[in-house]
Amino acid sequence: MSTPNPQQRGVQFDELLSFEISKEGRSSASLPVTTSSKKIPSQLKRTQPARLPQLSELEAIRHFTRLSQWNFSIDTNFYPLGSCTMKYNPRINEEVARYTGFSHVHPLQPVSTIQGCLQLMFELEKYLAEIAGLDAVTLQPAAGAHGELTGVLVMRAFLKAQGNPRKKILVPDSAHGTNPATCSMAEYDVVQLRTGPDGRVPASAVAKAMSDDVAGLMMTNPNTLGLFEKEIKEICDIVHSKGGLVYGDGANMNALLGQARPGDLGIDMIHYNLHKTFTTPHGGGGPGSGPLAVKKHLEKFLPIPRVIQKSDGTYDLEYNRADSIGRVRAFQGNFAMMVRAYTYIREMGPEGLKKATELAVLNANYIKAQLKDYYHLPFGEGTMHEVIFSDKKFKETHVTTLDIAKRLMDYGFHSPTIYFPLVVFGALMMEPTETESKEELDRYCAAMIEIAKEATTNPDLVKKAPHNTRMRRLDEAKAARELKLRYQF
Amino acid sequence: MNLPDDLKYTKEHAWVTTNGKTVTIGISDFAQDQLGEIVFVELPEEGEEFSEGDAFGVVESVKSVSDVYAPVAGKVVELNDPVVDSPEIINDDCYGDGWLIKLEVSDASQLDELMSAKEYAQFLKEESE
Repeated sequence: MSTPNPQQRGVQFDELLSFEISKEGRSSASLPVTTSSKKIPSQLKRTQPARLPQLSELEAIRHFTRLSQWNFSIDTNFYPLGSCTMKYNPRINEEVARYTGFSHVHPLQPVSTIQGCLQLMFELEKYLAEIAGLDAVTLQPAAGAHGELTGVLVMRAFLKAQGNPRKKILVPDSAHGTNPATCSMAEYDVVQLRTGPDGRVPASAVAKAMSDDVAGLMMTNPNTLGLFEKEIKEICDIVHSKGGLVYGDGANMNALLGQARPGDLGIDMIHYNLHKTFTTPHGGGGPGSGPLAVKKHLEKFLPIPRVIQKSDGTYDLEYNRADSIGRVRAFQGNFAMMVRAYTYIREMGPEGLKKATELAVLNANYIKAQLKDYYHLPFGEGTMHEVIFSDKKFKETHVTTLDIAKRLMDYGFHSPTIYFPLVVFGALMMEPTETESKEELDRYCAAMIEIAKEATTNPDLVKKAPHNTRMRRLDEAKAARELKLRYQF
Repeated sequence: MNLPDDLKYTKEHAWVTTNGKTVTIGISDFAQDQLGEIVFVELPEEGEEFSEGDAFGVVESVKSVSDVYAPVAGKVVELNDPVVDSPEIINDDCYGDGWLIKLEVSDASQLDELMSAKEYAQFLKEESE
């Protein structure tokens, strides 16, 4: 047990590892005696039992339940992690995802017995296409970066069909790290574009970098500084005029729903993160889902199978597409996430989604207005769904972004995203989303203001934070330098 | 910020010092400070050749992973093995024991392109505006 901390509220104990609780002979389950072990070739048989922890059912339940109580999640506290859209996951999503018609099906069932599932996928594709202002959608990618890879493979297939897949892709320096990684995975070289002084990519930089050797551009709009790329139309025209394609990173779609459509801005394809924008569980609660929406002329390259509606109104899976890049995922992708996103879209309706975006932008601007006198704000104008501050004001006392993030835990909040985007030194990237109340935002801003004051008047308090949490500050460098990845028997 | 006057610097935050045909290369105080505690270093093999601007190694901290770029073209003639086992040396002494590699320079004129301490300080100031 750890030493009791007088500032700690409630009862929370250190937890031994399951191996340490283990007692020889205890078990949570009685398995039937096997009669088929003779059929297993002798060289494949274990010579000694697997070294598994031995716990009674009650011990196992208590162990994992107690561990689960250490979780910090959107269901317990505010989670302003920038670029992640940590919005509330409505419980109606969970209820619908558990309908037996959705949860008790198998992907290898005959399509005649899963018409409802296929209809849901078909309609979700339509909704996502409509929201993006694009023409066709695949739901197969399992997460955002997977959607990116699918998109860039479609880009490659399209250009290859025209005779030359080309060699390079342009990526702004404010991009998510997944963008250059995606290019590498798809065997393209990355050409970095520099953010201009207003935090946006200048069309002139794109014009200068664009050539017949460039397959296209990957662009996030609004970008990771939470700013709308004002020259997007011109930028898309430049890329198109040289025969390239524009890939939209849809991570920040929560700022655009019902307000602007990427397809109308000239973007050729974009992925969604259903686990961000469309309220499916995030992080450890996943899995994710990263559908890709494309313009009509790219549809034939999308992964197979495609969900189609036949002339008699029934639905089917179509595999016969000669130009498809093939499968990117087993079966149809993370179907249960599609059910949740579909439910959310139907619950909200067009007006609801539009309103959600407006509130998300309002909330970020509310935080900006409250904190701008206390934290350095590198880009002041045009904030959308997220706002980026830095630790620049605390140079004298050497309080850093990491210290501020740790201190915030003492006040009961998850840290914002830190040290990203890379174009801002010591970045603190906050994205409140639309689902937080004004009172919660006020509590958060009050904590941030208090920390800003502490950073000047009592810097040691911030540098040694957290003080009120179960664990004090961890030695992250030691943890990374001396990796212990398995239990030492 | 410690920026010794007798070194040359690059926009990618490497420092260079010349000794005949050989240059010693490391990362600047600014770079190690921005990275924070360095936990992993990857260096090239001896004899490997790099063009100017090529990534020759990787430094990873608790915050991020960064490539280290060759300030000039050349062939690797010596590696600072101790920093691979104890990356914290770079944080403690980036201009001394924390050097990374020595290159035999193939085109000495490229050295003229590098920044002085004063120019690098000005560059950092502009970058952080």
